[in-house]
Amino acid sequence: MNILFYMASIVAVIATLMVILEFNPVHALLYLIVSLLSLAVIFFLLGAPFAAALEVIIYAGAIMVLFVFVVMMLNLGPRSADEERSWHPARVWFGPFLLSAALLAELLFVLRGGGGAGFGEVSPEEVGIALFGPYLLATELASMLLLSGLIGAYHLGRGYGEARRHEPGPVEESTP
Amino acid sequence: MLELLWIIPALPFAGSLFLALLGRKLPRRAIACLGAGSVGICALLTGLVAISFIGHTSSHSFTYTQTLWSWLDVAGFGPSVSLHLDALSLVMILVITLVSFLIHLYSTEFMIGDADYSRFFAQMNLFVGSMLTLVLADNFLLLYLGWEGVGLCSYLLIGFWYGEPQNGYAARKAFIVTRVGDTALAIALFIIFTHLGTLRIGEVMLAARDTWPAGSPIATVTALLLLAGAVGKSAQLPLQTWLPDAMAGPTPVSALIHAATMVTAGVYLIARTNVLFMLSPAALTAVAVIGAATLVVAGFSGLVQHDIKRVLAYSTISQIGYMFLALGVGAWSAAIFHFMTHAFFKALLFLGAGCVIAATDGEHDMFKMGGLRKQMPLVFWTFLIGACSLSAVPLITAGFYSKDLIIWKAYCSARGSVWLWAAAIFGSLLTSMYTFRMVLLTFFGPLRKNATKRPGWPMSLPLVVLAVLSIAGGLVDLPKNFGGGSALTKFLTRDLPSFVTAPGRAVHQGMFGVFAACVSLGGILLIELLMRSRMYEKISESPRAKALHSFWFSGWGFDRLYDLVLVSPYAMLARINRDDVIDYFYTGLSRLSRQGWRGLCATENGRVRSFVLGIALGAAIIIGLAVFL
Amino acid sequence: MTRIVGHVLILAAVLFFLGLIGVLVRRNIVFMLLSIEIMFNAAGLAFVAAGARWAKPDGQIMFIFIVSMAAAEVSVALALVLQMHHRLKILDTDAAKSLRG
Repeated sequence: MNILFYMASIVAVIATLMVILEFNPVHALLYLIVSLLSLAVIFFLLGAPFAAALEVIIYAGAIMVLFVFVVMMLNLGPRSADEERSWHPARVWFGPFLLSAALLAELLFVLRGGGGAGFGEVSPEEVGIALFGPYLLATELASMLLLSGLIGAYHLGRGYGEARRHEPGPVEESTP
Repeated sequence: MLELLWIIPALPFAGSLFLALLGRKLPRRAIACLGAGSVGICALLTGLVAISFIGHTSSHSFTYTQTLWSWLDVAGFGPSVSLHLDALSLVMILVITLVSFLIHLYSTEFMIGDADYSRFFAQMNLFVGSMLTLVLADNFLLLYLGWEGVGLCSYLLIGFWYGEPQNGYAARKAFIVTRVGDTALAIALFIIFTHLGTLRIGEVMLAARDTWPAGSPIATVTALLLLAGAVGKSAQLPLQTWLPDAMAGPTPVSALIHAATMVTAGVYLIARTNVLFMLSPAALTAVAVIGAATLVVAGFSGLVQHDIKRVLAYSTISQIGYMFLALGVGAWSAAIFHFMTHAFFKALLFLGAGCVIAATDGEHDMFKMGGLRKQMPLVFWTFLIGACSLSAVPLITAGFYSKDLIIWKAYCSARGSVWLWAAAIFGSLLTSMYTFRMVLLTFFGPLRKNATKRPGWPMSLPLVVLAVLSIAGGLVDLPKNFGGGSALTKFLTRDLPSFVTAPGRAVHQGMFGVFAACVSLGGILLIELLMRSRMYEKISESPRAKALHSFWFSGWGFDRLYDLVLVSPYAMLARINRDDVIDYFYTGLSRLSRQGWRGLCATENGRVRSFVLGIALGAAIIIGLAVFL
Repeated sequence: MTRIVGHVLILAAVLFFLGLIGVLVRRNIVFMLLSIEIMFNAAGLAFVAAGARWAKPDGQIMFIFIVSMAAAEVSVALALVLQMHHRLKILDTDAAKSLRG
């Protein structure tokens, strides 16, 4: 079981690394899905099957699909990858890397005595009871947040759709 | 009739207000009727009030006080707006309203071509109203209101043609120089109120006589401060510099300032507060010395001027000097008598000069005039009468009686001396000389410039009336030697202290009179001789005379002196202080925040990545602080 | 088994660190959003690990909130990406700096 965890961890780290290093958006998305799936494995190992399921269904299944849609709509692909590559010579990585490394070092320093005790499984039933028990108010707030996200996305996206309808699109422009 | 007293100052104010508000909409004829009419009715009313007042002569010291309303009432300080009529103020308002009316009448024609006809009359009316308030005021606060009103109007009218920068400069100069005196007057009023607890003039005089011993320092200081105020308003040494520049205003304004209002306010103030001056012999001596010095200094300056109006300006300074001299030697009524005759002949001279200037298209330089005697006979004869009166030509002119009285009393007074008399007699010589130099240059000699305009009746009538008054005015105070009864002196002595003669000096008055008459006639003959024999040119050609000429011409260098001693250091201080240390602090603050703004602007570059960088940096620092501290 | 929670937290820190580098370095807004997702996940992972440590549902509940917030954020952000691409014809955040003060 420990081995499974470490394997999943290694996969998650490598996949994530690939996400930020990849220049092709489609590839990056696929790497991110791999990373999310490996995280789902870790969740399962930690005795959180409900979270693992959510990770797969909502994150990898719904949110990432949104990204895929957008990448397809914008027609991003190898062409934009070249542009991406030109934007990122090796030296631009240096400063952010140092800063983030400092933050990581701090976090690791704080976490060095962490862990210790074992853990048991938390079933979806318990999660549901807690979610609609003590966290009811927070749940309602989250639903409001989702609603506002829905309205915001609808509003922004509607303007886009209408604009496309009224003026000639970029594809039609390029044909003649 | 006396109840109508309040209307006298109210009428000019009403006229001024009306003209200021509606003047632009009225036709010129209506403006003229309103402007001159308000003062004319005022003069008529004053005559009626005077008749009614003199009718009360049964009681010896009759005065009339009319309280209009209570001005303010704070913690025991309750000045009321009330008018006070006694012999002194009656004589003053009689002269003021009469002369002002004649000047207004003259102005209706003189200013007819001016675009700001209504503004002119509004300000002239305000001027007269302020002066009447000053004279009739029952308490010092109201007097001060009139005093400042007069100062304001002089500023407005001297700068009437404000399009020319130097007119504005002259107006500012008059305002600021008189302000020096006004400040002294205000301090004097503060002292009076703190020590005597009242500002009612009558009560102040009684209280001062009771509480302040004669010659006490407090009385001297108060009297000297009042004197400083009077000196500023009356253009005496050392605050005389504003008056020659005040010629920048229209000629009727000069006439009004010199004859009826403004400059005589100082004389009135000293006469009104005579008790305070009697308590302080030093201050009284100062009045006499200032007067004597001024009349000589101004006489020399008048002798060399080119501008006809500036000659008259210096002659005014000189004649006011005579009045101060009279006040200083205790000849109170003589000063008021001279004020009266001076008002007549000086108004006449200014109005005559105005006719000449108008006829020669605004020419002020006497050396470019000449021979106007034939062309403007009426102006010439009236001007000649005025000049004779100013030069105190004996027996026939009013000026002779008043000036001779002063010269004589400067000698025979208990406070007089031979030196004061000598100054007065020398001043008399100078007066005749500069006056007839002006007459000879303007009206005799070859014709240099044709008179293009002839004055109409509104300009001629005042000349004639004033000429008659300049001759007949002396009759009101004809001394005993000439068969008169000194009526004015008797009348004024009801309110003013009587004259004290030095023992042993009151002899040979006739001889002194004859001598004074000879001196004034001699002055006329001397200048006539000098001008005719071309000696005048010869003298003024020599280098020493030239230096003296330019020295006198510039008014004894007072302007340059003040510029050097007061104006330049002040301007320098102002220049240094323009961006002072405290300002540096505040501009530094603003500069600092500006720099901070610029720095923060640089962070706001619109790059999302920079924002993220900032957030990450902040997080790193905060966690670092939490962890390692 | 006892040390695993500590190691999970370290993993979360590493993932967060990678996500942060991604946001800081990448200029394409799509990649920045992906990096932000990585950081969300790292935070969620830390919550789940903490919940597991005490055998309490609270950690998972926090994770659920994070997921819902991420969903809302992504929907709005992607709409914005579409608008940006439509109006500016770019996805470069450095070029889109109308927010400059």
